Amino acid sequence: MNGPISGAGRYVGQRILRKEDQRLLTGRGTFVDDVSVPGVLHAAFVRSQIARGRIKSVDLSEARALKGVRAVMTAADLGEFNVKLSNMHMHEQPGTPTRPLSEGYVSYVGDLIAIVVAESRYIAEDAVAMVWVEYEEEDPLITVSDAMEGPPVHPGTENNLLMQIGTPPNPDFDAIFEKAAHVVTGTVAHQRIAQSTMETRGVVSNPTGNAELTVHIGCQSPHVAAGAIALAFDMPQTKVRVIAKDVGGGFGLKAQPWREEIAAIAASLALRWPVKWIEDRFEALTSSNAARESDITLRLAFDEDAKLLALDADYNSNNGAYPHMPDAGMPIMMFLTGPYRVPAYRFRGRAWHTNTVGLGGYRAPWAIEALVRESVLDKAARQMGIDAVELRRRNLLTAAELPTRTPLGLPIDDITPIECLDQLLTKIDVAAFRAEQAEARKQGRYLGLGIASYIEPTAMVGVYPLWSDSAQIRIEATGKVIANLSTHSQGHGIETTHAQIIADHLGVPIEDVAIFQEDSTRSGFGAGAAGSRQAVIAGAAVIRASRMLVEKIKLIAAHALNANPDDITVENGQVRVAGAEEMTRSLSEIAMLSYGDVKRLPLGMEAGLETHYRYTPESMMTHATASHACVVDVDPVTGFVTIKRWISSEDCGVQINPAIVEGQIAGGVAQAIGVVLHEEYTIDERGNPTAVTFKDYHLPAISDVPTFEYTHICTPAKGEGGFRGVGEGGIIIGAPTLLNAIADAMSPFGTLPDKLPMTPTKLLELMSKESAA
Amino acid sequence: MSEHHIRLTVNGRPFDRTVEGRLTLGDFLREELGHTGVHLACEHGVCGSCTIIMDGLAVRSCLLFAVQADGAEITTVEGVAAPDGTLSPVQQAMRDCHALQCGFCTPGVVMTLTSLTQGDEKPEEATLLKAMSGHLCRCTGYQGIRKAISKLAEGAPA
Repeated sequence: MNGPISGAGRYVGQRILRKEDQRLLTGRGTFVDDVSVPGVLHAAFVRSQIARGRIKSVDLSEARALKGVRAVMTAADLGEFNVKLSNMHMHEQPGTPTRPLSEGYVSYVGDLIAIVVAESRYIAEDAVAMVWVEYEEEDPLITVSDAMEGPPVHPGTENNLLMQIGTPPNPDFDAIFEKAAHVVTGTVAHQRIAQSTMETRGVVSNPTGNAELTVHIGCQSPHVAAGAIALAFDMPQTKVRVIAKDVGGGFGLKAQPWREEIAAIAASLALRWPVKWIEDRFEALTSSNAARESDITLRLAFDEDAKLLALDADYNSNNGAYPHMPDAGMPIMMFLTGPYRVPAYRFRGRAWHTNTVGLGGYRAPWAIEALVRESVLDKAARQMGIDAVELRRRNLLTAAELPTRTPLGLPIDDITPIECLDQLLTKIDVAAFRAEQAEARKQGRYLGLGIASYIEPTAMVGVYPLWSDSAQIRIEATGKVIANLSTHSQGHGIETTHAQIIADHLGVPIEDVAIFQEDSTRSGFGAGAAGSRQAVIAGAAVIRASRMLVEKIKLIAAHALNANPDDITVENGQVRVAGAEEMTRSLSEIAMLSYGDVKRLPLGMEAGLETHYRYTPESMMTHATASHACVVDVDPVTGFVTIKRWISSEDCGVQINPAIVEGQIAGGVAQAIGVVLHEEYTIDERGNPTAVTFKDYHLPAISDVPTFEYTHICTPAKGEGGFRGVGEGGIIIGAPTLLNAIADAMSPFGTLPDKLPMTPTKLLELMSKESAA
Repeated sequence: MSEHHIRLTVNGRPFDRTVEGRLTLGDFLREELGHTGVHLACEHGVCGSCTIIMDGLAVRSCLLFAVQADGAEITTVEGVAAPDGTLSPVQQAMRDCHALQCGFCTPGVVMTLTSLTQGDEKPEEATLLKAMSGHLCRCTGYQGIRKAISKLAEGAPA
């Protein structure tokens, strides 16, 4: 695994230790709660105790009278700001507007009724407990089936169908299924997931100067956050400065500021005083927009050779009351056909409102496409009596067929699904496993092997704010390099990876490069961490900006040293002239000259060593490919699943830092293990969340995650630098890989239940049913 | 609300303060004394992020009140590296093994591993892994933490 990496330069391709780690290991990071402003007040929220109903009365008098309370504000008190939240694409939300606080009517347990601002969080919470709210409770709608039948979640709307999408009508489609040799159907009912960033959401809002605002916030892009805040308050963005240094995980939850953050900012504007709100874990597990709850039914039609004829899918998503963005499955529709040859395709997706907290993003929000496709393919293999690997071989796109287009017309050019699968199979002997499995079954032990394949659309461009990324690089007079990037890191290691690229392309030691990305008023607009894009797009931008600087250095040095620009090189912070070692100058000398000794610059040249390059990929998306395999052992007595092996084979193009690539894969796969085995955001019939601590909401622990084995294929992408994204793949491919392994282990007993997670209780039930039968 | 006078040592520095009875030790260390390396991530004792060393033992500062630390000797993550910034063996092993990404759970992991490897202690790998089951990390899938543990455990080259 430490072997040579395609495209390896002096730093790119190496397992460079992270620059971020020195401060994070010594407790010197700056997370949002570490920011203190003199006199800052602390916010806490009065939240709805019921899932649906009219507010008859709110008595704030006792809370307002409490010593140390500065203000208790309702929607009416914040009305002057007329705040409306936009979605991630900065569009107005369709249907009922999303406002920071609700007025007169509540739509989920945890809905926001009032904000308390006090001298400490302790006092603010005391005051929250003193607010009396009287409700006229109505029966809540919890599930999608409730939503289909029930009265509108938002009074004044027609029904709960928020959005509906689908493929164009095809009158010949049903006939394909009627004539097919084999039809296989399967459903995945995905549980609700709490993103569970280790650092909860938080904001410190500081009104400054003349109607200006400095906001420290846990976010995935200071630029997107600043844009969203400006839009919410109808302020010019020139008045909003967002700062976010260290952020303890984002995963989509922090893609945009939401009701609580905006309410705290509104309170700070109303009071003209700094206000801090730090979400506690109870709030995070009950009132942060949650993810994934949806179901999808997939029908596959095959010919007599087990070749796919058509895919037919029906998707329903529980969007809750106030989703970050309506989700009717657009990216699922786009990517469900994956790396396969699919002649015909139908998709219908619907988004439904319910009386639950809104839907939010979570690492690869479309991941259910691979989960359902790969698990139904395995089911088909069992049903048709074909090996699951062989079924994939017959249907995966081969190099000879590329480039091609998906049934919806999306381009697929340089994917490598067969190559990844082949590499994976060099690491696991399937025939030997089958023998071991058969032997184990005789002894009453249930082993399973799961394999899955996918392609991931990384670095998508074309929809705001998923556009270009920028790099501003300057070489200081000291010869040290400062780069302001449009990126943002919540653990991605960009201060390291992008410094590696710059160091290689400028010819300087990595220690001399510092990356900054925490301030919306510096660098330029960028989407930050969204859609596995930062290596691909910002990585290319830093290459181009570095090259421009090197060209300028060559011209300056050639002019000053009376040499030919083509003979100049920059290596290790030294500017050299080929064949004239004595003319070597330090980069600092050339930089000094460029800033201050303008007479020695070529005629008319701009002073200084500063560049800016903004890059946008030519392709709408840059594909990454992978196949994973895992082996499980399901205990027939306890129902526990033990993961015995996990092997990945992925192609993310040129790797900047293999240790960081593997870190992204590992984190995603661990989250996939959580999805399949452990995590579930449970809600009772009255709409109360019931997994409200990490004792009830089970994140995977070290004992649940095995040691992963990685293999890499590095097919350079066509974009500058050859990078492909790797941020989301682990969770996409991890879930079907594990689900398929469990289904394989349990195949003597029948088919797994549709609803995730596969808890010991569910597996024991499956095993007992069949042994009874 | 009751007020209490407490004296304690944090990272070798003595402090003398009056605290409210209900103030948690985690909040006290962060808000009153400025040790923001103490990270509060769940505040019900499950995730381990707020772990500190109190009188030689790893404890969760979210589950203690400041008043319970009267007379205690406390080390937080800020007190682990050498004064010149040289990382401790635990911190260095974690850095070498890419055992962190966002860094929010990291201070707690550092403190638990530090408490178990004090002085010349080299526990078995299984002991350290078991201790890590009390720490939640959402970023790394624990791969780097496992590697760091192998470096710190008994049998690893000194």
